[in-house]
Amino acid sequence: MTVEDQRGSLVDGDAGQDRFPVGMRVLAVDDDPICLKVLNTLLQKCQYHVTTTNQAVLALKMLRENRNKFDLVISDVNMPDMDGFKLLEHVGLEMDLPVIMLSAHSDTKLVMKGVTHGACDYLLKPVRIEELKNIWQHVLRRKKFDCKEQNKSPNEDKGGHGTGDSGQDVTSTGNAEQSKLSRKRKDQNEDEEEEDEENENENEDPSNQKKPRVVWSVELHRKFVAAVNQLGLEKAFPKKILDLMNVEGLTRENVASHLQKYRLYLKRVNVMATQQASMAAVLGVNDSSYLRMASLDGFGDIRTLAGSGRLSSSALSSSYTPGGMLGRLNSTAGLTLRGITSSGLIQPSGQNLSSSVNGLGKLQPTLLPSNQSASLFQGIPTSLELNQLQQSKFITPIGDFNPIRNSTGFTVATSFPDNRVTVASSNSLLSSVSSNPLVLQGNPQHNRGAFGNQSPLGVVSRTPDSFNIRSGGSSDFLDNNRSNESWQGAVQLSRFSSTSLPLSEPFNQDQLLSNNSNISSTSPHIGNSPISFPSTSAVSAPLEDSRGNTQCQEGFIGNVVQNMNYTSKQRWEEQKQNYNQNLNHTVSAVNFMVSANGIVSPFGRSLEQNNATCSKSFDVSLIPQLHGGALSIGQHSEVEKSDLDTKMNDNADYLLEQTKLQDGFMHNSYDSLDDIMNSMAKREHNQMMLSDGEFGFDAYSLGSCL
Amino acid sequence: MERNQMLRQVAVMRQSFFDQGFLDEQFVQLEELQDDANPNFVEEVVTLYYRDSSRQILNIDQALERNPLDFNKLDTYMHQFKGSSTSIGAKKVKAECTQFREYCKAGNGEGCMRTFQQVKKEYAILKRKLEAYFQQVRVQSGPSETACRPRN
Repeated sequence: MTVEDQRGSLVDGDAGQDRFPVGMRVLAVDDDPICLKVLNTLLQKCQYHVTTTNQAVLALKMLRENRNKFDLVISDVNMPDMDGFKLLEHVGLEMDLPVIMLSAHSDTKLVMKGVTHGACDYLLKPVRIEELKNIWQHVLRRKKFDCKEQNKSPNEDKGGHGTGDSGQDVTSTGNAEQSKLSRKRKDQNEDEEEEDEENENENEDPSNQKKPRVVWSVELHRKFVAAVNQLGLEKAFPKKILDLMNVEGLTRENVASHLQKYRLYLKRVNVMATQQASMAAVLGVNDSSYLRMASLDGFGDIRTLAGSGRLSSSALSSSYTPGGMLGRLNSTAGLTLRGITSSGLIQPSGQNLSSSVNGLGKLQPTLLPSNQSASLFQGIPTSLELNQLQQSKFITPIGDFNPIRNSTGFTVATSFPDNRVTVASSNSLLSSVSSNPLVLQGNPQHNRGAFGNQSPLGVVSRTPDSFNIRSGGSSDFLDNNRSNESWQGAVQLSRFSSTSLPLSEPFNQDQLLSNNSNISSTSPHIGNSPISFPSTSAVSAPLEDSRGNTQCQEGFIGNVVQNMNYTSKQRWEEQKQNYNQNLNHTVSAVNFMVSANGIVSPFGRSLEQNNATCSKSFDVSLIPQLHGGALSIGQHSEVEKSDLDTKMNDNADYLLEQTKLQDGFMHNSYDSLDDIMNSMAKREHNQMMLSDGEFGFDAYSLGSCL
Repeated sequence: MERNQMLRQVAVMRQSFFDQGFLDEQFVQLEELQDDANPNFVEEVVTLYYRDSSRQILNIDQALERNPLDFNKLDTYMHQFKGSSTSIGAKKVKAECTQFREYCKAGNGEGCMRTFQQVKKEYAILKRKLEAYFQQVRVQSGPSETACRPRN
């Protein structure tokens, strides 16, 4: 809806523009086919142009493809694949379209929820045609306000930093305080919001000109997240973010309002993550702190790890949180974070990590090391809620891992307190982990970042199951570890169970991917700071498993990586997609992670390849990718290697790959994960040669060795 | 004329649905949506309803066989079923559904089972009646040039 025309002109496109509301394009979403059919006919009777779908996921996809294709969305509240309110939030956040909720329930609470989440209206079923005849007013109203805002932008205090919100219903957060939420889009509660119209103006565009409303595309959001992560959530000020982003046409106000929304989002994700946190199946990343970021598929959210290299840590953390959590789960998952010497875990010196890892950091590194039992991930809650591992908006997308959650339950909810990264590392990982001694402990010593503790993420490799955990948990861990210390195996989260790991299965590949990306993101952190992964982390554990998981993991790592880079962006956008992209970035990040401690953090190399290669490299996922050599892998390599070797032997290939990868990485610290993964894939069969201390990472496991 | 008679028959049948509480206003809405562009809209919707709801009923039946009963799930299933029934205006069915949900909320398994039997009964009755009705409508509109639909 960028058109500013005031009346009658419907947003681009349609011939019906002039005859508004005739021809208004409506998207109707309802799982009940009868209702949908009736609604379709009703709307057509009103002379609207109707598109229907019975899946919320599909609806979102359509909207994302082209937000200008629709003017209005009508959605049912109770839907099996996605909660109507959630869809509402997404639409509001991403597309700024008016959404009308439908339900057979007339419960006041629900109606209120709808309103607070930003719905323009709440209709009761069965819907009558009279009611539908007037829905166009919502579209018009919104457009009108946009125009108005733009016109009067000068009034607004540009400082709208906080106000950014257009006062309109703050969509999802709906909090009263939200006014900050700059939900420009929903104009629903204009009055309610404190800001009221004025804010709207601000949102729209501070400049007085009739500039089109800023659409926060995936790319833009990615940049935003990267900038924020770079600065650190606490220190993220619109002006600085704006400078960092360096996007033309973007104003401080836009950034400010977006920042508000983002913060709220993170908060929400965090809450979710903590809930999931039980995962902490910390992969006992023994010395080798294999941060298996790979498993971070779910971590896609790690996006938050803003590309600024911090991704790695944060990304990993976030993504790994699941992993980390896994690690934590020592007892539960049996992720035997094998002794990933949590302490020994990577000391992610990267401050960056810490910040990002915050989320992860919380994962007490102490996880798993004791639990040799690979069942680390048991504890990992399936939903990788990589919630923002850190305040730094990292990964928040983890929350989105819903899919993963369902699937494998990988939610490695590493106990990242902050991190919401509940990586649902999938229970399966855990099981697999048990056997693997490598339990990557993402015990990132310092909690800061998300992994700090988690490490157990990646660990899974050893378990015969193919430590799927890697995927899930590790990703998070990686992130955390990065910053904290050693992700310990968090990376191992080879949760990617999708492939072999029982855990990862549910991970939707996408998720994994996302996780991967997340993981990757964390990696970058590692790279930055010479994460001294406590060599102990024989993170390699997941490696073996990862093989099976590689499939998932790859995706994960990729995701993680990506996430890291984009962190926030991804979160909001299709994580998966982003992840992949990020993966490249993150992958590199991941790389270093591992190197630090020699922990093979099979960073989701597979990120890139996730989709494709997932299967492969996963095992190796712990790619201790050292960033630009930041990781003193070399130094540790020896140590690690030995550790790893032992551990890795199981994975043999895995490690090899990793190391090989490392080689590759070492050079470029940020080799795109893609490369890594590729190399890993090649090396998969090689033994783990940790020669460089680079632990070949399985495609997935960002093996952030911590 | 025969045709008139048929028309009248259909009209009477239809009216009885309302009078006896089988159908409500929503059904009229559906009828109003029927036009030249959607000549058999009502029948299509009803057919769709019977197809879809049979699945839902099966779900509930299965859920009722579990022990212990999962009231949340039952409630969810019933909510869906009720929503569908509401969409076509199945009044009595809807009423029984509401009753069922009350029992669910109260955790009364026995009540749920009893009520569900009622739900199924009403559902079957309505199905028979509607099938007969539409048959008449088809017959009646078949031979004529223009589709005649009972309109009130």
